[in-house]
Amino acid sequence: MGNITRRKFLKTGAQGVALASVPFLFRINPLAALATPNPDAMTLRDYFDHFGVTETAAKEVMEAALSKGGDFCDLYFQHTVSTYIGLEDNVVNRAYTNVDLGVGIRVVKGDQTGFSFTEEISPKAMKLAAKTAANIASGPGGSAPGSFNPYDPPNYYPIETDWETVGVESKMPILRTMNDMIFGLDKRIIKSRSGFGDDTSYILYLNSDGIITYDYQPSSSLFISCTAEQDGQVESSYADYAGRYGMEFFTPEKVERLVKKSIDRTVVLFDAVKPDAGEMPVVLGAGSSGILLHEAIGHGMEADFNRKNTSIFADKIDKPVAEKFVSIVDDGTNKNMRGSINIDDEGQPTEKTYLVRDGILRSYMHDLISAKYYKVKPTGSGRRESFRYMPIPRMRNTYMLDGPHTRDEIIASVKKGLYAEHFANGQVQIGAGDFSFYVKNGRLIEDGKLTKPVKDINIIGNGPQVLSKVTMVANDLTFAEGGWTCGKAGQGVPVSMGLPTVKVSAITVGGVNS
Amino acid sequence: MNRNERRELAHWVVKQTLKAGADEVSAYISNYRQVDCSYRDEKLEELNESTQNSLSLNIYVDHKYSGHTTNDLRRDALTGFIEEATAMTKFLEPDEFRALTDPKFYKGRQNMDLEKADPAYDSITADKRVKMARQAENAAKNQSDKIITCTGAYGDSYAEAIRVHSNGFEGESSGTSHYNYAEATMEDKNGGRPSGYYYGQCRYFEDLPTSQFCGEDAVRRALAKVGQKKLPSGRYDMLIENRTAGRLLSSLYSPMTARNISRKNSFLDGKLGQRVGSEKLTMIDDPFVIRGMGSRLFDGDGISAQKRVMIDKGIFKAYYIDNYYGRKLDMEPTSGGTSNIIMEYGTKDLNTMIKGIKKGILVNSFLGGNSNDTTGDFSYGIVGQYIEDGQLIHGVNEMNISGNLIDLWQQLVDVGKDANPYSSWRLPTLQFHDVECSGA
Repeated sequence: MGNITRRKFLKTGAQGVALASVPFLFRINPLAALATPNPDAMTLRDYFDHFGVTETAAKEVMEAALSKGGDFCDLYFQHTVSTYIGLEDNVVNRAYTNVDLGVGIRVVKGDQTGFSFTEEISPKAMKLAAKTAANIASGPGGSAPGSFNPYDPPNYYPIETDWETVGVESKMPILRTMNDMIFGLDKRIIKSRSGFGDDTSYILYLNSDGIITYDYQPSSSLFISCTAEQDGQVESSYADYAGRYGMEFFTPEKVERLVKKSIDRTVVLFDAVKPDAGEMPVVLGAGSSGILLHEAIGHGMEADFNRKNTSIFADKIDKPVAEKFVSIVDDGTNKNMRGSINIDDEGQPTEKTYLVRDGILRSYMHDLISAKYYKVKPTGSGRRESFRYMPIPRMRNTYMLDGPHTRDEIIASVKKGLYAEHFANGQVQIGAGDFSFYVKNGRLIEDGKLTKPVKDINIIGNGPQVLSKVTMVANDLTFAEGGWTCGKAGQGVPVSMGLPTVKVSAITVGGVNS
Repeated sequence: MNRNERRELAHWVVKQTLKAGADEVSAYISNYRQVDCSYRDEKLEELNESTQNSLSLNIYVDHKYSGHTTNDLRRDALTGFIEEATAMTKFLEPDEFRALTDPKFYKGRQNMDLEKADPAYDSITADKRVKMARQAENAAKNQSDKIITCTGAYGDSYAEAIRVHSNGFEGESSGTSHYNYAEATMEDKNGGRPSGYYYGQCRYFEDLPTSQFCGEDAVRRALAKVGQKKLPSGRYDMLIENRTAGRLLSSLYSPMTARNISRKNSFLDGKLGQRVGSEKLTMIDDPFVIRGMGSRLFDGDGISAQKRVMIDKGIFKAYYIDNYYGRKLDMEPTSGGTSNIIMEYGTKDLNTMIKGIKKGILVNSFLGGNSNDTTGDFSYGIVGQYIEDGQLIHGVNEMNISGNLIDLWQQLVDVGKDANPYSSWRLPTLQFHDVECSGA
């Protein structure tokens, strides 16, 4: 290769690949290509090249950011390429791509934050944004760090083939296979649509404490929905997978399982009834029922709400909140899981944070501002939807650890109640502590047995009260397979959750009065 | 980027995409500036200001379709972007219904000033913004000594956009938006920290609710929640406050779309001309409301906007039909999305409606919940006030309402005159009779 520079080499490689149908490669600098042949091998230097910035330029931007007396600033560079292919009524009749590029500049003074972003990665535009963000403070200027401490993060989401080299013609067969299968497996299916999405983000992060780090974040999802008709009754449902997966995840077995799940969830609704209204025991099936944790305690344990005294959990650290066999964690290290992060969006290492350990409330989820306020170590929970937003404490993968019971004994212990299996959405008011989640599929429990299917029920309760009413926890922790997005302060981040089979002794079920 | 530059760029993008092999193209370019600030504990907590742009490109090649967005609008970057996006489209499958809107629907565009852009926007200074936020927080703080913390916030934005279609459509739009906000969290000796907020958003700065009112109302709402508890399960009369009624009405929107009809995901399928609600339910889609948050002269398909009665005294009159699903169902497109929603309003304000309830619940907000577009089943968490003999008695929480939307909307017995001006959906308080509630 002699003296061919890295840039020229990348350009040559990409042109060859561009003959196929790869989703387009966004060219930040039109003279340089983007995707390296092997993102796993990218170094910090490669990330600088990727964004066309230098350490010197970053320092100048920081000087501008701190010019009015802020005590901290950070630069969050992001480049995301996403693709979606959709099939409806037997035709792959849509595809969408999105390219996003920019840098978010934050200035912090105490617990006050100034923020601005620019989509133009030039020193001039960045300095202008930095000066805008600097307006949060008013005082003598600070200076940029003399040197940076690079942090090479671990990799919790290794994949085999990066999505930027997978063309649409490789994804279409999966959709077509699912489509043929779903109509073939059940003659009651009258409509179906499916979609395959993926996105890849390159992140470069620097802050005035001298931290400098980077991440490569793949993500993908596959969904199929169907509508079925029987004796004039029409019902619909769906199933999906989502995670930080590469193409290798979507094996024929996984694909077939998804189709069957979608059909099963749909046709069971033909026989579904509404439960009685009011308080009753509810057993949550293992898996995405982890939404219970996300709403009942997760948001309430985000440190910003507690720092501001608005959360019902603000005065409960080190107090018992649940039975001794209940432990709840928020974890960024689960392999290839949707809510996992190698670094958070403040350049902090991620970890497994115990929210509740053996029944005692132990730790909030902190961003840098909160960690400083509480004088604790950051927990790697500072996340943001994109460079357009300032980071705030967010969840990652929230789940409860295994307990001493079994699923069978839990169900057998309920005389009259509800078994909740499949969920749509949830919400919480962290001050009052009230939360709810919506059950799309479930079953009645009568005399210790699962009986009639039920559908479309909202369940509502109070976080601390419900936690104290978790009376049985099984040994079958399972994680959600589908995709969940958490919304807070107008920004969404990908998350996941998990739960073993759990019994809540009493909670209000949105049924009908008999 | 000024208007002329944007217009030139949009035409250039269309030309380039046709050159790259597309049969039809639509391009939409927008620029947007947003400023937000918030005050808490007597200091400026957050200050946020940025400008962004975006290009959305829809490409049709042999009836194959794809859509692309990017925020890098430099021509040298766009050239490669357009080439690759067009190349990718060729790998998809043809769908005979994928084509741009028939140009006959571009005709008849109204030529009126909807007053979407406030001329006063340019004169709002950074100091003024911070002052608004500070005033709202101050107003809240002074209402009660049981306040744990409160926040005041103000924000505004300005957007300009152009849409160009290769089959002859061109349209520009611009608009401003301002909001005032306050939030307060109270002590509740029963445990918990109930909170309340007030949010008012409008096109013109002068139409905003005052910072004083926002602060006062946020505290009033938080105080009303102190001591809240659930009622026994049963059937209750219900008032849905105007600012939260949109949540309930939106359960009708998706089933009204041609998209959902085509997918057989609609319990309103086949019900055109039939009764889907009581005589009190009249839902009008009006794009021409002066200073309306949803006002427009044309939609994303280029279709010229028209005022339409969607539901007339409970009779279902019209679907929301976009270009693609309209072609698929062989229906003339109207528009796939809502503009402003207005109703036929009643004669009573909220207080009068409360006085008319013997035993019921005033719902101030929903907490989670959902509805099923295919069957009309719904279940929502509710938060509000218990009403007895026309008086607000105590806060209500941890309750759900459930049932089927076909039944529920027939139980709409009255609507107020209090249209919410701070939303594109200008809904009044809704009164329902005999709603299934689950509680204790």
